[in-house]
Amino acid sequence: MSSVKTRRDVLGTSALRPDGPAKVKGEFDFTSDLHADNMLWGATLRSPHPYARIVSIDASSALKIKGVEAVVTSEDVPGQLTYGLISSDQPVFAKDFVRYMGEPIAAVVADHPETCRRALDAIVVNFEVLTPLTNPEDSLNQSVPSIHPDGNVIRNQKIVSGDITATGPIVVEGDYVIGMQDQAFLGTESALAIPDADRKGVEVFVATQWLHEDQKQMAACLNLPEEKVRLTLGGVGGAFGAREDISLQVHTALLALHVGRPVKMQYGREESFFGHVHRHPARVWMRHHATAEGKIVKIEARFLFDGGAYASTSSAVLINGITHTQGPYKCANAIVDGYAVRTNNPPCGAMRGFGVVQACFAHEGQMDKIATAAGISPVEVRLLNAMETGDALITGQIVESVAPVARCIRETAALPMPDPLSPNAHELDLPGGSGLTAQPHNIVRGVGWGVSIKNIMYSEGFDDYSTARCTVIDGKVTVKFATSEVGQGFVVLAPQIARSVLGLDDVVCDTIDTNIGSAGSTSASRQTWMSGGAVDGACRMVRERIFEKVAAENGLNPLSLVIEDTDIVDSMGTFRIPVLQAVQGSVFSEEFEHHHRATEDLDDDGQGNCHVAFAFVAHRAVVDVDPELGLVKVVQVATAQDIGVALNPLSVTGQIEGGIAQGLGLAVMEEIIVQDGKVRNPSFTDYLLPTALDAPNVVASFVEEYEPQAPLGAKGVGEPPCISVTPAIVAAIRNAVGKDIPRCPVRPQDICL
Amino acid sequence: MTVYLPHTIEEATALLEAHPHALVLGGGTDVMVEINFNHRKPSDVVALRNVDELRTWTINNETSSIYIGAGVPYSEMESGELQKVAPALAAAARTVGSPQIRAAGTLGGNLGTCSPAGDSLPVLSALNAEVHLASSHGVRSVPFAEYMVGPKRTSRTATEMITGVTIPKANGWQGYSKVGVRNAMVISVASACLAIQDDMVRLALGSVGPTIIRCVEAEKWLHENFATLTDLQPADCAEFGRRAASEARPIDDHRSTAEYRRHAISVLAQRLLQRSIQS
Repeated sequence: MSSVKTRRDVLGTSALRPDGPAKVKGEFDFTSDLHADNMLWGATLRSPHPYARIVSIDASSALKIKGVEAVVTSEDVPGQLTYGLISSDQPVFAKDFVRYMGEPIAAVVADHPETCRRALDAIVVNFEVLTPLTNPEDSLNQSVPSIHPDGNVIRNQKIVSGDITATGPIVVEGDYVIGMQDQAFLGTESALAIPDADRKGVEVFVATQWLHEDQKQMAACLNLPEEKVRLTLGGVGGAFGAREDISLQVHTALLALHVGRPVKMQYGREESFFGHVHRHPARVWMRHHATAEGKIVKIEARFLFDGGAYASTSSAVLINGITHTQGPYKCANAIVDGYAVRTNNPPCGAMRGFGVVQACFAHEGQMDKIATAAGISPVEVRLLNAMETGDALITGQIVESVAPVARCIRETAALPMPDPLSPNAHELDLPGGSGLTAQPHNIVRGVGWGVSIKNIMYSEGFDDYSTARCTVIDGKVTVKFATSEVGQGFVVLAPQIARSVLGLDDVVCDTIDTNIGSAGSTSASRQTWMSGGAVDGACRMVRERIFEKVAAENGLNPLSLVIEDTDIVDSMGTFRIPVLQAVQGSVFSEEFEHHHRATEDLDDDGQGNCHVAFAFVAHRAVVDVDPELGLVKVVQVATAQDIGVALNPLSVTGQIEGGIAQGLGLAVMEEIIVQDGKVRNPSFTDYLLPTALDAPNVVASFVEEYEPQAPLGAKGVGEPPCISVTPAIVAAIRNAVGKDIPRCPVRPQDICL
Repeated sequence: MTVYLPHTIEEATALLEAHPHALVLGGGTDVMVEINFNHRKPSDVVALRNVDELRTWTINNETSSIYIGAGVPYSEMESGELQKVAPALAAAARTVGSPQIRAAGTLGGNLGTCSPAGDSLPVLSALNAEVHLASSHGVRSVPFAEYMVGPKRTSRTATEMITGVTIPKANGWQGYSKVGVRNAMVISVASACLAIQDDMVRLALGSVGPTIIRCVEAEKWLHENFATLTDLQPADCAEFGRRAASEARPIDDHRSTAEYRRHAISVLAQRLLQRSIQS
C-alpha cells in the first residue's frame, strides 16, 4: 500500500481560511445575523447637537407606544456612569451635557426596530444649545472654558533629544494637515445580550476587537462581577480600530438585564458613523535641518491631534505619533512637542496605523523637500538616511528589531514600473473614470515615495499578553483563545501553528469567548506575534507531554525526540512513530500565556524604551493626474515590506493589498467632513471609499529576515501597508503637477485651483 | 401603508386620481433610501413594477426620434441599439451608481426626483426632450425646460405620472462628462452634456445650479460667431468653456465648492467642444 501525502496546511503555506467560502457565498453568520427566541430590539437616542446642556428628558410618550418595553437613561446605569479604554471619561448616557453630535442620551427597547424608531422620535429632550469648541488650537488656550471636567488637553508630551541647537545648510519646513478618516468596516456594530434568569449575569455576543477589555468595562458599568458578564465573539465584518472602544456593548446588556429578555442592537450605516471613533485629524508642523548632502541633522516638530469629545486612546495615539517623528531614518537631534486635545468634534481613537499615519505623512513630505534642496532623488535621500538595527530613536530607544529599511527601498525600486500611459488608453482607466472627463493628452503622470516605521504591540509599560490552550484528544487538536477574528485570519494561522508544532493535521479552533484568559486586542499588528506566540507556546507544552509519554513507553530520552512532518523521530537513533498513533487514547491539555518584553513610560523629555518592536515598509506610487480638473487615478503601487517570515503568504498579500486600498482612500478621497462640530457626510454616498476602478495594481515583494524577538520569527503585517502609501500617493501627485500640497486627502481643488 | 400594484398605465393613473398623495415607486433607488432614512413616510405607494408598457423603448425612423419608457433601466441604455442612437444618454447611464443600481434605476426616477445632480437630466435638457405625463384625464407632453422648475421641483401634478420621454436620434456628435471625487459610483459634483443636433451646439449643465442649466448664452455666442465648427481654434473652445462657466450657478456644499464647480464646468465644456470638433 503506497501512502499518498496530501498537502499539509502548516506554517509557510497559503492555507485557505475556514471562513472564506461562507463569506464569499453570503452564508457567514455575522453578529447582525444573530437571533434569540423572545428577543427584543434596542435603539439609541443620540444628540443632534455637538455641545448642549440637557435640561430635561421626557420619555413618557415613548413609553405609551405599544410594544415599547422600557426607556433607559443615565439614571438606570447600575454601576460606573462612564467608560473608556485609557481614562474612563465617556458617559454610558449623557447626563448633564452632550459633547458631540451623536452622543447617546437614552436607549429604548421594543418589539421591533420600527417601534424603537417611533419611540426615539417620541422622547422629548430639552437642550440648552451651547457654542461648540471645534478648533483644536482653541483647546490649548487656557482662557477657553473646559468642555469636560478632565480639561481640554488630553495629553501633552515633549521629546528632547541630543543637541537641540544643531542645524545644517539645508532647512526645510512644512505644515501638514491630515483629515478625519473612518475605518468604514462593512459589518456595522451589532450585539445580542441574553440575561441570566436571575438577572445577575448576562451572556453577550458581540463584534469586537478585544473581548476581555469589553468585559471589564461592561462589568464596571453594569455593577456585576466580571465573570458574570460572559462574552462570545459574534461574526465580525472588519474592525480597523473602530471596535476597540465600547459602542453598544453596555447599552445592549443594560437593556437585556433591565427587561429580563434577550435584546439585540444593531447600527445602520449612518448611526455607525456616530457610534465609533475615527482616525484623528491632525496638524503636524516639521522643520528638518540637514547637511548639504541631505543627511538629517535635526528635526523640530509640533503635533496637534484633535481627539474630539472623549479621550478614547488619544493619549497613546499622540505618543505613537511623536515617537515616530523621524520616520525610518537616522536622527540624533530633535525637539518635538505634541498635544492631543478635546473638542466638540466626533471622538477619535484607534485606526490602523494609530498616530503613525499622521507622523509619516509629514516626515515623508519633509524627506522629499530635503531631496529637492540637496539635489538628489527621493530614493537617494531615503537610502542616505535609512535606519539600521542598532540605531537609536529620538526617544533614546535602540532599534533591536530587524530593520531592513534600505533593502525595502531597494527592492521596491527594483519592482517593474507600469507601462507609460498609452494614447489609446481605455477611457475608464483615466482619472475621472466612468465620468469620461479626460482624454490621454490631458493627463500627466507622477511618481512618489513613502517609507515608514511602525511600532508593533502596545507600548509604554502595558503588558498586553495573550493566552491560548491546546488540547489533544485521540489526536484531534483543539486550540482555544480569546483572540478576536476580525477578518485578519487568525482562525487560519492558529491551526497552521498547531500542525507545524504537533505534526497532527486535524485541528479546530474552539469558540472565541471569555472562557479563557485575555488575548489582548486585535490591533497594533500584534496578534500573529502575541496570540501566535501563545498558541505556539501551548502547542509546544503539549508536544513536550507527548514526547515524555513516548519516551517513557519506549525507553527513550524525551529531549532527543523531534517532530518530522507527521512523525515523532528519535534524533539520536532510529525510532519513528506517527504522532497520530502515539497519542491514541490519550488526552493532553496545556495553557500558555505569551508576554512580550517589558516596556517603559517616557520621561518628561520623551526618553524611554517605550515600544516593543518595529516593522518597516517602502511604497512607490505611480499616479495619473488630470491637472486641470484635479482628478487622480492611482495606476500602480509597488511595495517591499519587512515581514520577518511569511507564515501564510496569501494572508500577507491580502493585508498588503487591503492596506494599500485604505491608505489610498486617505490620500485622495476618504474624509469625514465636520463643520461646526456636525458631521456632513455620514453615509457611503458621500464618505467615499475606493472602488475597483480606483484601486491600483499592486506589485509586492516580501522582505523576509527572521525576527529573533518574535516567537515565530514573523512581524505583524496589518498596519504598515496603509501607512506610507498615503504620502507616496500624495508625493506622486505633487510630482505630477509640480505643486506643494500639504494636506490629505487631496481634493480636486487642492490640485487645480 | 398600502402598496398598489397596477398592471397598466390606466390603472396606475386611476390610483393616483384616488390617492393624490401616493408615492410612485419605480426602481426604488431614490425612494427606498428616503423611506429607510425615515425622510418619507408614505401612506400609499403605487408601485410600477408590473406596468410592462413603461419598460419599452422604440426608435422611430420617420420622425427620427426615440421614445424611452419611464421604467426602462439605465442598464438598457448603456449599450446596444440605444447607445448607437443616443450616445450621450448611454454615457450618462454608465455613470449612474453601480451595476446593481443601474439595473434598477430608471429615467422616470431621475425625472421624478428631479435633483440637479440627476445624471441623465443634462442629456434630456441638451436634447430638448419631451417629457410625457399621463393622468386619468389624459396625456400631455412638456419640454424638459418647462418640466424641471427648481431643485426637486417639477411641473408634474400630483395625479400625473411620468410615462416616458422622447428625444431626437443623434445626428451629430454627443458627449457627456461628469466630475466626481471617485472614478466610479459617485454623485456628480459637476456634469455637462454637449450635443450637436441639426448642426446646432447645445450644452446643459448638472449639479451647478438649482436646476439643470442650459447654456443659452454660450450656445448663442458660438452660433453667432462661427459659421462652422471646423473654424474653431483651441482658444475659442476655452472661451466657450469660460462662457459656460459664467452661466453656472454653483454653491458650496459638503461635496465640493462653488469655485471648483465653476472651474470644472469651464474645463468640461471646453473639452467637450474640442472632442466634438476632433470627431
